[in-house]
Amino acid sequence: MPLYYDDDQAMLADSASQFMAEEGSTKKQLRHWRDRECKDGFGHALWQQFAEMGFTGMLVDEDDGGLGMGQVEANIVLEEIGRNLTPSPFMASSVLAATALKHGSNDLKGRWLPHLISGEKVYSVAIDEGAKHRPERIACKAEKSGNGFKLSGKKDFVVYGASSEMIVVAARTSGSDRDTDGVTLFAVPQDAAGMSHDSVRLVDSSMASHVTFDGVELDGDAVIGEVDGGRAVLDAMLVAGRVGSAAEGVGVARGAMDMTVDYLKQRKQFGKVIGEFQALQHRAAHLYSEVEIARAVTVKAAQLVDGGSEKADLMASVAKAKVAKVAGLAVREGVQMHGGIGMTDEYDIGLYMKRDRALQEFLGDQYYHTGRVAELSGY
Amino acid sequence: MSDSALEAFRTETRAWLEANCPPAMREPVRDEDDVYWGGRNATFKNDAQKAWFEVCRDKGYTVPAWPKDYGGAGLSPAQAKVLREEMTRIGARPPLSSFGIWMLGPALLHFGTEGQKQRFLNEIARGEIRWCQGYSEPGSGSDLVSLQTYGEDKGDHWVVNGQKVWTSYADKADWIFCLVRTDKDNKYQGITFMLYDMASEGVATKPILLISGNSPFCETFFDDVTVPKSYGEDVPAYVGEINRGWDVAKYLLGHEREMISGADGGNTGTIGAALARANGDIDPVLRAELAQFDVDALAYGAMGEKFLDEIKVGKAHPAQPNMMKYAGTELNKRRHELVMAAGGSTALEWDSEETGGGKPSRNWLRTKANSIEGGTSEVMLNVISKRILDLPGA
Ligand SMILES: Cc1cc2nc3c(=O)[nH]c(=O)nc-3n(C[C@H](O)[C@H](O)[C@H](O)COP(=O)(O)OP(=O)(O)OC[C@H]3O[C@@H](n4cnc5c(N)ncnc54)[C@H](O)[C@@H]3O)c2cc1C
Ligand SMILES: Cc1cc2nc3c(=O)[nH]c(=O)nc-3n(C[C@H](O)[C@H](O)[C@H](O)COP(=O)(O)OP(=O)(O)OC[C@H]3O[C@@H](n4cnc5c(N)ncnc54)[C@H](O)[C@@H]3O)c2cc1C
Repeated sequence: MPLYYDDDQAMLADSASQFMAEEGSTKKQLRHWRDRECKDGFGHALWQQFAEMGFTGMLVDEDDGGLGMGQVEANIVLEEIGRNLTPSPFMASSVLAATALKHGSNDLKGRWLPHLISGEKVYSVAIDEGAKHRPERIACKAEKSGNGFKLSGKKDFVVYGASSEMIVVAARTSGSDRDTDGVTLFAVPQDAAGMSHDSVRLVDSSMASHVTFDGVELDGDAVIGEVDGGRAVLDAMLVAGRVGSAAEGVGVARGAMDMTVDYLKQRKQFGKVIGEFQALQHRAAHLYSEVEIARAVTVKAAQLVDGGSEKADLMASVAKAKVAKVAGLAVREGVQMHGGIGMTDEYDIGLYMKRDRALQEFLGDQYYHTGRVAELSGY
Repeated sequence: MSDSALEAFRTETRAWLEANCPPAMREPVRDEDDVYWGGRNATFKNDAQKAWFEVCRDKGYTVPAWPKDYGGAGLSPAQAKVLREEMTRIGARPPLSSFGIWMLGPALLHFGTEGQKQRFLNEIARGEIRWCQGYSEPGSGSDLVSLQTYGEDKGDHWVVNGQKVWTSYADKADWIFCLVRTDKDNKYQGITFMLYDMASEGVATKPILLISGNSPFCETFFDDVTVPKSYGEDVPAYVGEINRGWDVAKYLLGHEREMISGADGGNTGTIGAALARANGDIDPVLRAELAQFDVDALAYGAMGEKFLDEIKVGKAHPAQPNMMKYAGTELNKRRHELVMAAGGSTALEWDSEETGGGKPSRNWLRTKANSIEGGTSEVMLNVISKRILDLPGA
């Protein structure tokens, strides 16, 4: 498969780009909700528009009422989300939860998917159990109890958790913390007794919660996939999320870079447009090269995921690690080259820096994924 | 071409390579001696190299994508990609390395007359004539267009005087493609792109010793060299038009940069696993750098693939080879820094058997030129700033 968009994908990219720039702009969304201290951290009206555009259920199979698209298509939307810093539950609901539900029973799909696709409800996932992403280690416990399970433990960094109608939780049903097997995924409804959220606003104005499960009773039909065999579903979710957040990171990097290059063409100092100074030109050109490379490997990783290639796992980590490095460079250079104005809240460049920081930690930072590349390569 | 026809071509190619590529030609190229350069006085390093070259030449596989009339195999871009992939899969060495293939050939395909193509492209494809590139001069490196070598018009011929520098393999080359000023009053539109024999009277070369201990580079002197304007019907001695050689030179530089960038698979390999295996006890901080390198190399590999795919369908920005050259050569320099660091004191050995005569250190030193030859990294960044990012100035 060539590493550029086919005609349908190019059309999707055009419409997603136009839609997000118009409806998902920082002025209309991020700043708007932030300045109102919105508890959700995103706009439900916009989420309805996502549904009308066909984005919410794009990864859901056609048999289940979705569009049956792939990672490349989801990434196209995510890149535009990143470019415009558009707050939305797209990653949590339409990428992570949707990927998990693919592995669910028909009952489970029937119960949750229609509302996901229509945009009426949003879902989230609970994986991390500490400040750093360590999915190899699942300590949260679900013990057999009658026909069902009793869930206890704690999860962190559950994005938009408090606004979610359902949360996909990875818990341990047997074995010890570091075992691969013995993990089971559960669809836990918001009203489950014994589940509580401590919801916090993050540096980028998005919302995430610490979730505590205090003997939450779950029916057997809350299980997604196999009991004790949830690792495969978890891995599928992680790959989709990693490649997807790489795409969002590419968007953040491009957004920051475009703003900066524009600024270099306008700001005058020493009687010249600052873009004439070679010291700045070279840094901008270096940044451009890195962003192009990060974008290429992200498209590659998405294609490998869609093709079911065995290399997808490695390339997902390569993409996440590379993008994290490059997006970090883009926002740091962006703020610096804006000079003093870049430090002001009025200019968007600082918003890019904040979003990048949150994205870095989401599903593993550059250190985690670089280490993973070494391990998967055998050293 | 349909997918099934392409798959049939893949199967056929795989079988052909299996039958024809000698095992010794499936070893990685370790240095410049491992490749065959062709030319009037060429010698082969061993029988395997000779056999591999000849069988490829006969099939048109020294230049697979060139038309059959000009010595190629007439492969479509998709077929050429399959051949490249299959050769990479078994680690096959290129059968012929040549400035004719990488640089002059593409320029002739684009700007040459039919007569020039018939003659020169065939010679290049068959490895009969070895070419060198006469661009740089002592006072004209990055600022190439300031070049001074002058060809005085004498009607049916020029008389060329001047000096070139850094002419790679000039002492081994048969012919030169050379930028010569033919109009002193016109900076850009006063340069002619000439082709002539290095055996012509008045041409002299003097090797330049590099820090790697090798000296494949020369200073090249022209003292009243007679260059005819034509080598026969429809075979002018210049490419493009007289005084408009700068267009050809720029076009050719694009190909040169693409080639040096290693986009075609040269710079994409990971090194962490091999270095960790070969050198055992690796410091954790070095291991981390190896991993970071591998991330960058794999990412650059994807970029190379994307770049070649986009070039094929005309989607790549015309200045993109500059970006590929910049990123690819900086990466290659980093690769060899890490090879040296992982190798420790063994890698320092300049003349031991274990290092094959100092290969790690000689290669490490050689790669420093990657970000200089064919235009420096700084010049690449200038071009990206201006032509891609549209930043103002100069
Ligand atoms: C938090 C904060 C506190 C401050 N406090 C004070 C204060 O108390 N009093 C006061 O008077 N000022 C203060 N300043 C202003 C500060 O001194 C200026 O922001 C600073 O001098 C940079 O100027 P600028 O913001 O106009 O950036 P610009 O001059 O517009 O620079 C923009 C970018 O272009 C680069 N650039 C500009 N010229 C060149 C060149 N020739 N070559 C290469 N690169 C170039 C800059 O390095 C920068 O990256 C403060 C600024 C901040 C952010
Ligand atoms: C191994 C090797 C093989 C070569 N093979 C050939 C060959 O076969 N044929 C041939 O014709 N030439 C060849 N060259 C020459 C090569 O093209 C030149 O060396 C190159 O273009 C740089 O020119 P220079 O060496 O004169 O450096 P200079 O142009 O003098 O540059 C010196 C430094 O200044 C920087 N600089 C110059 N201008 C600018 C600017 N505007 N902005 C910012 N920085 C700038 C450069 O980046 C460099 O770091 C070869 C060179 C090497 C090292």
